[in-house]
Amino acid sequence: MQDITEHLVELIKSASTDLPPDIEQALKEAHQAEDDGSVAQGALQTILENVQMSRETGRPICQDTGTPIFYVWYPEGGSQRKMREQIQAAVRTATERTYLRPNAVEALSGKNSGDNMGVDFPTIHFEEWDQDALKIGLMLKGGGCENVGAQYSIPSPEFPASRDIQGVRKAVLDAAFKAQGLGCAPGILGVGIGGDRATSMIKAKEQLFRPLGDSNPDPELDAMEKQLHREINTLGVGPMGFGGKTTVFCVKMAQLHRLPASFFVSIAYMCWADRRKTMTIKNDAVAIDAPQA
Amino acid sequence: MFSRDPAGERSTEDTNDMATKLTVPISEEQIRALKVGDQVLLSGIIYTGRDAAHKYMIENFIKGDCPDSEKALYEELKQGLAGSVIYHCGPVVRKRDDGKYEFVAAGPTTSIREEPYQADVIEHFGLRAVIGKGGMRDKTLTGCKEHGAVYLHAIGGAATLIADTCEEVVDVFKLDFGVPEAFWKIRVKDFPCVVTMDSHGESLHAKVQAESEGKLKKLLAG
Repeated sequence: MQDITEHLVELIKSASTDLPPDIEQALKEAHQAEDDGSVAQGALQTILENVQMSRETGRPICQDTGTPIFYVWYPEGGSQRKMREQIQAAVRTATERTYLRPNAVEALSGKNSGDNMGVDFPTIHFEEWDQDALKIGLMLKGGGCENVGAQYSIPSPEFPASRDIQGVRKAVLDAAFKAQGLGCAPGILGVGIGGDRATSMIKAKEQLFRPLGDSNPDPELDAMEKQLHREINTLGVGPMGFGGKTTVFCVKMAQLHRLPASFFVSIAYMCWADRRKTMTIKNDAVAIDAPQA
Repeated sequence: MFSRDPAGERSTEDTNDMATKLTVPISEEQIRALKVGDQVLLSGIIYTGRDAAHKYMIENFIKGDCPDSEKALYEELKQGLAGSVIYHCGPVVRKRDDGKYEFVAAGPTTSIREEPYQADVIEHFGLRAVIGKGGMRDKTLTGCKEHGAVYLHAIGGAATLIADTCEEVVDVFKLDFGVPEAFWKIRVKDFPCVVTMDSHGESLHAKVQAESEGKLKKLLAG
């Protein structure tokens, strides 16, 4: 297996410093939609300038470079152990080059490891697939938006909601309201329906890889994604919670099988700085891409 | 590719036209003149401080008797923070070849975690403002009113742009807290923020929350 550490450093740099075009386009549309001279429009203006500066100077869009979450799809015969070592080496190098902030803090002592190495840090998901290319997705998920994620077990005495699409809608609206601007709105909501507490949230986060403009193959979920997008924006929370028209760019949902006893709705909130990129390596050809519809 | 227009050049000028310029040390009178929604360009020497820093200040300086080992930093902060600002920020920092540090990326972090501490820190050190994101609640709002301070909202995620307003990293304290959590003493020029909690008891966050709650209830009833 070839050493792809340097390519991985480039993937990290690209994710941290070069915002994907679908998100940037959505930011521009949001900027146009807000009232001229409003605080909301001013916030989007600053964001758009910052995106441009980060790209031009190769510096992190946001200082909170988040949890590096890697998804690796590898051909038969690939070594997870070697890939893990190379990913860890790339994360260390990227931290030295200030593409990443040292972000791994031991939970109880508060001690920062200094090089982004820690228990399950960075996070890596592996999956073997039937293609002969190696594909690695990377998402940098910051703490502010992670903190406003939510998980509902429905129904409960505290949250009476039906075990159907309307119950899911209620949970998502509640989570979006409670987040206010704290997740660095305008955000993107990934929703996992069903599963157990862990798989449900993993599924929710995976939705954040989807391009903004795609459609859900499930017609019921597709309709609810669009409905929730409209409804959440009527809340008026707006960019940064300053009040305004764009609170979320989209809602992306997926369902999993669940136990008869359980019905989880998990909501992963991604900030406007939706830093996710994919690298594909086939033979010697390396391509780094943003999600495309 | 994003081109500088229509968004780019115009607004920097617009912001400069509309914004109030504040330079540290800031007077109470200047603070009392600010209202929610005002845009501010801040200049002068300020300090970053977030979770570990606030816990440390409360335990060592405000509730505790300052241990001898911490007296030098206490004097530094006592002088430096009077009329100045704490910025809730965990920067990305680069050490240059000449040994000096520089900010690479330095946007705000979520402020609400400092809610239990902030009003006491404002009072004890005579802060005129805190900068962060997401806003704070009643205890801080009351502290701002009583002691003549404001909450300034920086744009979350605008880390490169804000780092460029940092002209100099003057010093760093408590680097053993880790790079994000240390006190970074910085000189900024025209750092852009918005007043979202003023010294008259007004909070944009409380207003947006209340209005959005009404809309949520309608959606759930419909």
